[in-house]
Amino acid sequence: MKAAQTITLRIVNALGLHARSAAQLAKLAAQAKGGVWIDKNGNRADATSLLDILTLACPQGTEVTVSIDDEADMETLEQMAALIRSGFGE
Amino acid sequence: MEDQESQEIILKGIGGSPGICIGKAYLVDKEGVDVVKQYIVRKAFLPAEVGRFKTAVRKAGEALQRVIDKTPEELRQHVQILETHMLLLKDKMLYDRTIEVIEGEHVNAEWALKKVVSQVKPMFENMSNDYLRQRAEDITHVADRIMENLVGGEHVNIARIDKRVILVARDLSPAETSQIQLERIKGFVTNRGGHASHTSIIARTLEIPAVMGVGNATLKINNDDIIIVDGGTGTVVVHPTEQTLLATEERREQYEIRKAQMARTSHLPAKTQNGQLISVMGNIELPEEVVALLDHGGDGIGLYRTEFQYLSRPDFPSENGLFENYKDVIDVMGNRPVTIRTLDINGDKAVNYIHENQEANPALGLRAIRYCLRKPDIFQTQLRAILRAAAHGNVRILLPMISGIEEVEKAIALIDDAAESLEKQGLAYNRDIPIGIMMEVPSAVVTADILAEKADFFSIGTNDLIQYTLAVDRGNRHVAHLHQPLHPAILRLIKGVCDVAREKGIPTYMCGEMAAAPLFAPILLGLGVEELSMNPQAIPVVKSAIRSLNLAGIDTLIAEMMRLTTARAIQDFLTQHFGEAVTRLGAAGSDQ
Repeated sequence: MKAAQTITLRIVNALGLHARSAAQLAKLAAQAKGGVWIDKNGNRADATSLLDILTLACPQGTEVTVSIDDEADMETLEQMAALIRSGFGE
Repeated sequence: MEDQESQEIILKGIGGSPGICIGKAYLVDKEGVDVVKQYIVRKAFLPAEVGRFKTAVRKAGEALQRVIDKTPEELRQHVQILETHMLLLKDKMLYDRTIEVIEGEHVNAEWALKKVVSQVKPMFENMSNDYLRQRAEDITHVADRIMENLVGGEHVNIARIDKRVILVARDLSPAETSQIQLERIKGFVTNRGGHASHTSIIARTLEIPAVMGVGNATLKINNDDIIIVDGGTGTVVVHPTEQTLLATEERREQYEIRKAQMARTSHLPAKTQNGQLISVMGNIELPEEVVALLDHGGDGIGLYRTEFQYLSRPDFPSENGLFENYKDVIDVMGNRPVTIRTLDINGDKAVNYIHENQEANPALGLRAIRYCLRKPDIFQTQLRAILRAAAHGNVRILLPMISGIEEVEKAIALIDDAAESLEKQGLAYNRDIPIGIMMEVPSAVVTADILAEKADFFSIGTNDLIQYTLAVDRGNRHVAHLHQPLHPAILRLIKGVCDVAREKGIPTYMCGEMAAAPLFAPILLGLGVEELSMNPQAIPVVKSAIRSLNLAGIDTLIAEMMRLTTARAIQDFLTQHFGEAVTRLGAAGSDQ
């Protein structure tokens, strides 16, 4: 088992993590081999579950931490971070 | 569609909740509602049960995909929702958990899915963000699609309606209504019931149209018939012609626009066209409801029900606890009036620590003021809390269930005692506040002239007044249709209260369902009711209705109305004279 990796960043799009943006994240996370997580204020959501992400309730400006359990999923992590930074292309 | 040649039929009923909808009828027969069954699956069959669930999900996914593929370019927005639903089908919180429940609890797939959905949905329903709260509906939608494949397509039931329908029933009991997924329902039509029936109240709360008391709706309407429900005029159209559909669609749009206008204008005062200003107030039970009340433009609290603080705990609340509760509400309301009704514990809200002896007839038993006068120490605690809170705002006391002058005198003596004891202790209080009488027992109405000597205001509680006057328990489905606010007896009693109050120089207010009906507003104001208090959702509509009214010459109409002999005749009279104005509301109110 390799070390976990995390990236902390802010939700920039106006709508925040709504169904469509969360769905894009969940789709990316589903490609990972190990666990992918999104943390907000000590609450953790399974990034492969759209519903779980939504329960975090992340409006614009929320700080979230995306993390992977397996270093092999680094690319997934970076893709997810890029997607969040880009504001989900909104 | 296939019924194009069918003749258009118009059915008349009573408007239970305003609004217009067009849709397919869904008939509920007398067997009522069937629900998802639970059964135990033996261990050896669990893999097959899981397989059955997976197949149902796969089929639901295929069906969704077909819909997506068939959706034309211009409906892309819609497809995005469906793509979200595709993801939800396999979401861990639904899919994996359902399988866990099947395997862990040895139950059938339907039950496991139902259980998981009932755990996940509230997580969304309880969220403060509107958008996220609405996602609960996506979950229902997806679960319904799976459920349909589990049970088999043709077995549609009320608890699992997969399309938006108009419910048509003889009558719906609260128990039945509670099993319906109300977000699926576009409108209600029932044979029985009236404006105050449970279904009407639910419909008004959900802001969907309802027509009650149609009589033969379940005979004239078949499953899947296209029908139009107009809750404003109380009409149902079966097999509408193309022209009717077009005209209705136009009116529906107009109505939606007016509703939006009403919401925007709800903060403006409710002033009639001839310059009469009316206070439109809200009824609340929980301190939290104050926010909704102000959002909907309430001018104050006309009825603050205080039972909740007593019912939500195992023992009696302390004076300080009550004081804090009242003060919270008063602080938010600022200078607006807060009418606190003293403890009205009754039959359907029996406090579990008071059940000293069971009563055969609780509605006529030891409740409200009778109970408080029997237990002066409990009453004293509440009165002290109210007087202390009154030092912080515009408070009135409302005494419920008064049936004669002695009760008023005793209550006032106890209020004086409370003030005196507060004075001695040096606590801040205000005794100089209006004390009013709830006019809900016929004997109080008949002796209004006597009561007026001791009261600063009257507030007509229509729900109980109707129940006691007409001897009708509206919770009893066999007689609920007799609960008629427009019964000539009720109108005479209301007129009696208003006439006496005017003569004695005190104001008359009204709380209860009747105050929330826009169609009743002209006559209530015409009779002399100065303040209407209702559930907060109803405030914008009633305010709008009042703004569109011109009450010059109302006396003549009232005299004419008072000569009518039946509730139905009076209903028709009101619809004829004000139905148009009330349905068109907002139009007149918004352009000034």
